[in-house]
Amino acid sequence: MNLLSLVLVNLGRNKRRTILTLLSVTVALFLFCTLGGVLDTLQESIKFGSETRLVTRNAISLIFPLPLTYRGRLEAVPGVKQVAVQNWFGGRDPKDERNWYAQFGVDENFYSIYANDMEIVAASPPQTPMEVPAGIVPQLQTYFAEQNACVVGQKLLEKNGWKLGQTIYVAGTIYPGNWPFTIRAVYHAKKKSFGEETMFFHWKYLEQKGMHGQGQVGVYVLDLNQPERAADIARQVDALYENSAAATRTESEQAFQAGFVSMYGNIPFVLRVIGLAVVFAILLVAANTMMMAFRERTSEIGVLKTLGFEDGTIFRIVLAEAALITVGGGVAGALLAKWALESSGFNFGGFLPPMTVYWSTVLTGIAIAAVLGAVSGLIPAVRASRLKIVDALRRVE
Amino acid sequence: MAAVKVVDVRKIYRRDSQEIPVLDGLSLEVASGDFVGLMGPSGSGKTTLLNLIGGVDQPTSGQLIVGDTDISKLHGRALAKWRSRNIGFIFQLYNLIPVLTALQNVELPLLLVRMSGKERKERAMKALELVGLGDRLSHYPRQLSGGQEQRVAIARALVSDPEVLLADEPTGDLDKKSAAEILSLLEQLNKQFGKTIIMVTHDPHAAERAHRVLNLDKGVLSN
Repeated sequence: MNLLSLVLVNLGRNKRRTILTLLSVTVALFLFCTLGGVLDTLQESIKFGSETRLVTRNAISLIFPLPLTYRGRLEAVPGVKQVAVQNWFGGRDPKDERNWYAQFGVDENFYSIYANDMEIVAASPPQTPMEVPAGIVPQLQTYFAEQNACVVGQKLLEKNGWKLGQTIYVAGTIYPGNWPFTIRAVYHAKKKSFGEETMFFHWKYLEQKGMHGQGQVGVYVLDLNQPERAADIARQVDALYENSAAATRTESEQAFQAGFVSMYGNIPFVLRVIGLAVVFAILLVAANTMMMAFRERTSEIGVLKTLGFEDGTIFRIVLAEAALITVGGGVAGALLAKWALESSGFNFGGFLPPMTVYWSTVLTGIAIAAVLGAVSGLIPAVRASRLKIVDALRRVE
Repeated sequence: MAAVKVVDVRKIYRRDSQEIPVLDGLSLEVASGDFVGLMGPSGSGKTTLLNLIGGVDQPTSGQLIVGDTDISKLHGRALAKWRSRNIGFIFQLYNLIPVLTALQNVELPLLLVRMSGKERKERAMKALELVGLGDRLSHYPRQLSGGQEQRVAIARALVSDPEVLLADEPTGDLDKKSAAEILSLLEQLNKQFGKTIIMVTHDPHAAERAHRVLNLDKGVLSN
């Protein structure tokens, strides 16, 4: 036997209470790290953006389109290598409205601009060989040959049990109708933040069937050959349309993504407050438990002191008991949150990258659990160490 | 040579603004290897005197010399360390730790001494064998009778081989037979191992086992 085993034996004295306290700390830290995971995922989504790309959107709001006619002038801006168009489709699965995923209408340049972010891992073979636009992988031949072809993420394909070559239907909300799409390629995200639960299809298909050839674009993605001049180029672009009916706002892809995240408003703040409130509530529970445990053992503490245990040793024993419960619960809760969130693959319907919990969040959770242990154990530990033997033993008789 | 020397010791407890004198200039000498019975009515100061001799409480004034140490000058860590090496306590209600086995309870005082786990275990086993509980090592206090619990408590008091054993009504919670066994064990420790024993008791039969009996009344020794 040693002092640690004495601490462990004390924890086993009232197993039900110890387990319930441990579980309450586990649940609290699970919630804290889960909420932290949501914030981490929002943070992760900002990482998606590249510094070598700019996004040009309508200056009023993201929901207003830009004219297709801007494309030529954007391509002519010095420092811009190529321009892609991208439109949010916002469709739903007609069979299951809860099965929601993101769909974007994109042009051919999109695939060359994002070649470093995605990789085609499966594609329908072409009936007859044909050329694909420059800078695009040859696997997309069949995709480019069919108007209603689409490219889907690997996870989205697996999640829905789809197969290459299958025709799926999407019910349009912004662009009404039942839209058939044939899966002609599957991509794997080279970067986690790019996500694998999105569907990309021909922007022209959307423009013709959904917008009736009005020549409207959601956003332009500008690939730069002089990324160090990104700020200048953005200013130059916006200056082109300063006084037009559809003024533009150009920003780095990261800033664009961050702006997108800011649409969640004060949710990050609310999540932090909820997380801390849960931890504070558990602090009170843990402190109460430790005080109860101390009161029940007052006479035993007196006996230990009579045997020669010093005040400091008693202080450490009581504090170690509190710390073991809270750190044990904290480690379990934090790791459980990381495992549960990351293995769930949940990605807010493709709006955000798959849920992630940073190790820094896990460590913060464990550190909070340690502080919880120190704070909840401090008062009983101080009282135990200051307890006079005579007073402690008197309670027995 | 005196194992315990109490010189003009006063102990006054303070409750709010009220002063309650418990020991009033008490002096006492207990020779090494003596077995002293301490009797007296409730509230006479017997336990207080035992606590002072054991370094569990501090006198208001006076001198307490145990062995060759003036413990009235020791405080905090030094006093705790001294207690762990020089005094063995035996309580009326045994005061064993209920979640520890008999062996672990006896090992407790040795956790404060630099000693290997193996050696600690061996010494604790020997102490339990000495009190006749060599076959109850892994029993928890709730699995033992009152007499057996008190034997474990005696083994715990003995294990660090202190010079002085202080017993506060060690038979107060036992039936006649168990009480007689415990008293015989104390006698054996006194005779065979030369332990100095000071035993507080209300029981005249128990007091008969002591070499001499002191009566304490209102904080003063009366015989």
